[in-house]
Amino acid sequence: MTIAPLTAAGPTTGSAAAVSPEAAPRASSRGAVASALAWIGLLPFAAYILLFLALPTILALGSGLFDDAGNLTTENLAALAEPTILLVFGNTVWLSLATAVAGSVIGALVCWAMLGLADAHPMRRVVDAGASVLAQFGGVMLAFAFIATFGLQGVATLLLKDALGIDLYADGPWIYELPGLFAPYIYFQVPLMVITFMPALVALRPQWAEANLTLGGTRAGFWVHIGLPVLAPAFLASLLLLFANAFSSYATAAALASQGAPIIPLQIRAALTSETVLGRENLAGALALGMIVIVALAMWAYSAVQRRADRWRR
Amino acid sequence: MNAAGMAPARLTRWIIGVVVGGAFLVPLVGTFLYTLRDPAGGVTLAHWASLFDPAHAATLRPILLGLGNSLILALVTVAIVLVVVTPTIILVNLRFPALRRAFEFVALLPISIPAIVLVVGLAPIYLQIGRALGTGAWTLAFAYGITVLPFAYRAIQASLDAIDLRTLTEAARSLGAGWPDVVLRVLVPNLRQGLMAASLISVAVVLGEFTIASLLNKQVLQTGMVVVQKQDAFAPAIFTLLSLAFVFVLLLIIGSVNTGSPGARVRKNTTRKAS
Repeated sequence: MTIAPLTAAGPTTGSAAAVSPEAAPRASSRGAVASALAWIGLLPFAAYILLFLALPTILALGSGLFDDAGNLTTENLAALAEPTILLVFGNTVWLSLATAVAGSVIGALVCWAMLGLADAHPMRRVVDAGASVLAQFGGVMLAFAFIATFGLQGVATLLLKDALGIDLYADGPWIYELPGLFAPYIYFQVPLMVITFMPALVALRPQWAEANLTLGGTRAGFWVHIGLPVLAPAFLASLLLLFANAFSSYATAAALASQGAPIIPLQIRAALTSETVLGRENLAGALALGMIVIVALAMWAYSAVQRRADRWRR
Repeated sequence: MNAAGMAPARLTRWIIGVVVGGAFLVPLVGTFLYTLRDPAGGVTLAHWASLFDPAHAATLRPILLGLGNSLILALVTVAIVLVVVTPTIILVNLRFPALRRAFEFVALLPISIPAIVLVVGLAPIYLQIGRALGTGAWTLAFAYGITVLPFAYRAIQASLDAIDLRTLTEAARSLGAGWPDVVLRVLVPNLRQGLMAASLISVAVVLGEFTIASLLNKQVLQTGMVVVQKQDAFAPAIFTLLSLAFVFVLLLIIGSVNTGSPGARVRKNTTRKAS
């Protein structure tokens, strides 16, 4: 099925009338050459993936499992059970979960509001384009925008202090610590939610709402009995994607958090760059292993729920 | 699609729009006002003007150096997408349909592997690359090709799904075209929109990348901004607004490329190439 029909197509359909008895074996040997060439054609990509995706992933995870002498060890993994590391893992999960929930609820509300606009409505286009931009915006530049606005000398900070007498940082500059990460994270989570959840909401059939009204149901009844149950898998899938997105983020926190390493990605940076403590590189591997287990679980659940959600789109 | 029974009331819609939209404008407006702040009090355009001030050039050097490196990286990454990834996607669709699911899994895999995890394994690999190819920033493009793979795959696969690959290929082959002609003169013109979208999104991702570059000690746009921010907080704020505007325009181009009547364009190309 894979190769035969296409290679046969050349010699037979083009010159079907002129096929001589000797042509058949020649065509099949040419087919074998073409099939070998096709397999060779896969090699550059396969080599690239092996070298820059498979190998680094194996090296990252492997370095958590081996010591410097190359012996299998659980010593690095034991670091994952240290109270300080566990606390940071807990903080990272809490940050990711909280911003995923906030982002998905706000994002879903935006999607719902856009349902009332026609596909080609200019406002709809602006929101679509804006969401794509802002979902890409997470990172160093987002941190700068928040520092410029809410930093110690930020525009909003000074405005609040001068005009209303509110000192945002009376209890210390928490914007540069873990609590300061929540707002920027929600800022890139909401647009991602709008992008991923909108297709599911658009797939809701107006006929269902009409049928509900014709049968004497109410608007609220439509959402309770039809809309929300149908959307629940898609919503959960988007929520999981947002969780993985926040959990993997590094750049925003790296540019914003100047004090310590309140989340796991920053712990990995500390382990990678510290030259003072020997053997810290293997700790980075162990932390990476812990991270990838959590992200893989979230992404596995995501694809399982997504398959369930796709049922309603056919 | 007008869902009368499902959409919120007009007032609810406005409240959601104004509250969420307003909240999202705050950091952007705040950053803009920040770039106008005169340290002596009042409003000034001096920070914008200083971008072109030779005396200020030394401070901005890391950003300009990084921008140059990032543009080279964007070029090399797009080359990887077009020369390594695209032919493989076409080959898999054409000759190995049984591998499509497996290939899709691999192509989307980088979404599930955080860049910070990848960088732990990339560090030893880049030690070797540094010995073999030098420590130039352009070598980062190998890692970036992986980062942009899921985006590029989705864009190219979507435009492949929109054309009748088998008929086009068989028609070209039966008219005597060799494989290079089939790919370059028949398929590429038909896939132009997907290739364009894949290239633009790759550029956007490369220009915004920070994690891998900073931990492998390469100077790119984002790492340059972090360096400059420590001496002059205003210039990075200006560059943030400029890059945001740039990416907005890039994505608008992707949007208009994707919505510009694809059917008509495909038909036109097919007739021209086949005749």
